[in-house]
Amino acid sequence: MKRTYTKLIFEVSKKGNKGYQLPSWEADNKSTDSLIPSDFLRNEDVELPEVSEVDVIRHYTLLSNKNYGVDTGFYPLGSCTMKYNPKINEDMAAMAEFATLHPYQPQETIQGALELMYNLDKMLAEIAGMARMSLQPAAGAHGEMAGLMVIKAYHQHRGDTKRTKIIVPDSAHGTNPATAAVVGYDIVEIKSTKDGAVDIESLKAALSDEIAGLMLTNPSTLGLFETNIKEIADLVHEAGGLLYYDGANMNAIMGYARPGDMGFDVLHYNLHKTFSTPHGGGGPGSGPIGVREDLVQFLPAPLVEKNEKGYYLDYDRPLSIGKVKGFYGHFGMLVRAYTYIKTMGKGLKNVSEMAVLNANYLMHRLKEHYYLPIDQVCKHEFVLGGLQADTMDVSTLDVAKRLLDYGYHPPTVYFPLIVDGAIMIEPTETEGLETLDGFADVMIKIAEEASEKPSLLKNAPYDTDVRRVDEAKAARDLILKYTK
Amino acid sequence: MKSKVVEGLFYSKDHEWVKVEGSNAYIGITDHAQHALGEIVYVELPEVGDEFTEGETFGVIESVKAASDALMPVGGKILETNTELEDSPYMVNREPYESWIIKVELSDESQLENLMNAKEYQEFCDKEE
Repeated sequence: MKRTYTKLIFEVSKKGNKGYQLPSWEADNKSTDSLIPSDFLRNEDVELPEVSEVDVIRHYTLLSNKNYGVDTGFYPLGSCTMKYNPKINEDMAAMAEFATLHPYQPQETIQGALELMYNLDKMLAEIAGMARMSLQPAAGAHGEMAGLMVIKAYHQHRGDTKRTKIIVPDSAHGTNPATAAVVGYDIVEIKSTKDGAVDIESLKAALSDEIAGLMLTNPSTLGLFETNIKEIADLVHEAGGLLYYDGANMNAIMGYARPGDMGFDVLHYNLHKTFSTPHGGGGPGSGPIGVREDLVQFLPAPLVEKNEKGYYLDYDRPLSIGKVKGFYGHFGMLVRAYTYIKTMGKGLKNVSEMAVLNANYLMHRLKEHYYLPIDQVCKHEFVLGGLQADTMDVSTLDVAKRLLDYGYHPPTVYFPLIVDGAIMIEPTETEGLETLDGFADVMIKIAEEASEKPSLLKNAPYDTDVRRVDEAKAARDLILKYTK
Repeated sequence: MKSKVVEGLFYSKDHEWVKVEGSNAYIGITDHAQHALGEIVYVELPEVGDEFTEGETFGVIESVKAASDALMPVGGKILETNTELEDSPYMVNREPYESWIIKVELSDESQLENLMNAKEYQEFCDKEE
């Protein structure tokens, strides 16, 4: 009964129920319209739910029991790095010394917090091979936006105003072209090669003195290392453009390769991917950006600096693109990421090692049963092209839905777009062999079901509160608010 | 699944069809394209009077899988848009060759020479599949 709980809070509502008690009113009663001009008064009652305290608690607890997260099961959502978030991160962020700070406190009273930001800046810059970071951006796409604003400021500062275009490969995350457009750039899309790498000839053809930069991730969206990265960087730099690194796939190379050494000029991290801060369910995310030395002057203000008196927020940054976020970013996430780096230490290299090993293990177990378009050593994730040809009437979506019956969060599907029926699997380093084998066994079983009894998959899932959802209807007929 | 190709239309490599009427043309997406996109949930149309060059983005087609740019197979000025698709985007899935998206005044009829005929397009699709 409780497992299938599907009520809205409005359906729990009963007239007259309430969860508060006010003291009796002793002053004279005045009508609302004698106190507030009638122009500002609503004509109808606000339709708020009327519920008791225990009703509220039960309602939201029952809903929360429906959550699926890394703490409840395996979550191989490709390109999202759904790794386990160590609970020590939460302990540190909850320390009263951090949690009770007010952002307007005098700076001499928040030296510890400023020191943490200063050190995190240095550590993240070192891992990326960059000169300096800004910890302000709220999440990945916001980091991309701030990073592109830095690139724009760089070109404008040089008086080079012709550069109005950004190159984005067709395999890129959708946020890349979206953020470039928000910053006011035109997008030039270039094709990928069959193995998902940058097509050098297409790149050459796209480069000109109108190009502000190239946005790229390495390993590529197919989870494969871009071996031509030096040549790509040289070509873009020769044309006067800058290289932007999307840090989505940083979990594959941490401690082994640095975007700065590959020739990237600007990058963003996703602390909620690589550095184990909460992901999904509102996070919030955190998307620090890093830049090479001569671009530091354009970073958002303030940065944390240090002098003989201690740490301070430096607003005196005349060429800065300005503030991109209220106060100093998602500070609680910075504490968690800092804790992660400090507790892992040299173990950060093992993170990438195990992330790559786990992905390759799963790829090898699954490639006999699913179509693997590019059969080579992958990095932290790999992309299958759906079921093998003889079971083509069963789609990738059906496989994903069937996985729900076995209690797994499905992998990313139908992305990247350059692989038909893509199933993108990223196991992360925090999963043990038993979990990987359990998942592989189920994926293989589903492939067998697909050829023996396709209808079983076509109608899946069976064992969830809500059965197969009509995705087209959900997108076409939007219901955005409750009405009686 | 074999996609349908209609005789007498011009086809682009980006899977758009062009039906020429005098110096004007109707433009839509092919059966192959609608199959690849999956169920279409939204079609973003340009404004009447807008002018686009060959290869420029004139609209967006959103399906349950992805949002894809719709590219001009030939340059032209928008004379009319199929506003029925705003309420019934699924018509592109049901009848891709009846559900034109835009009607344009061709800016340069010689650009049609860069497009494929039905037979060439069929071969092009077979190679892709």
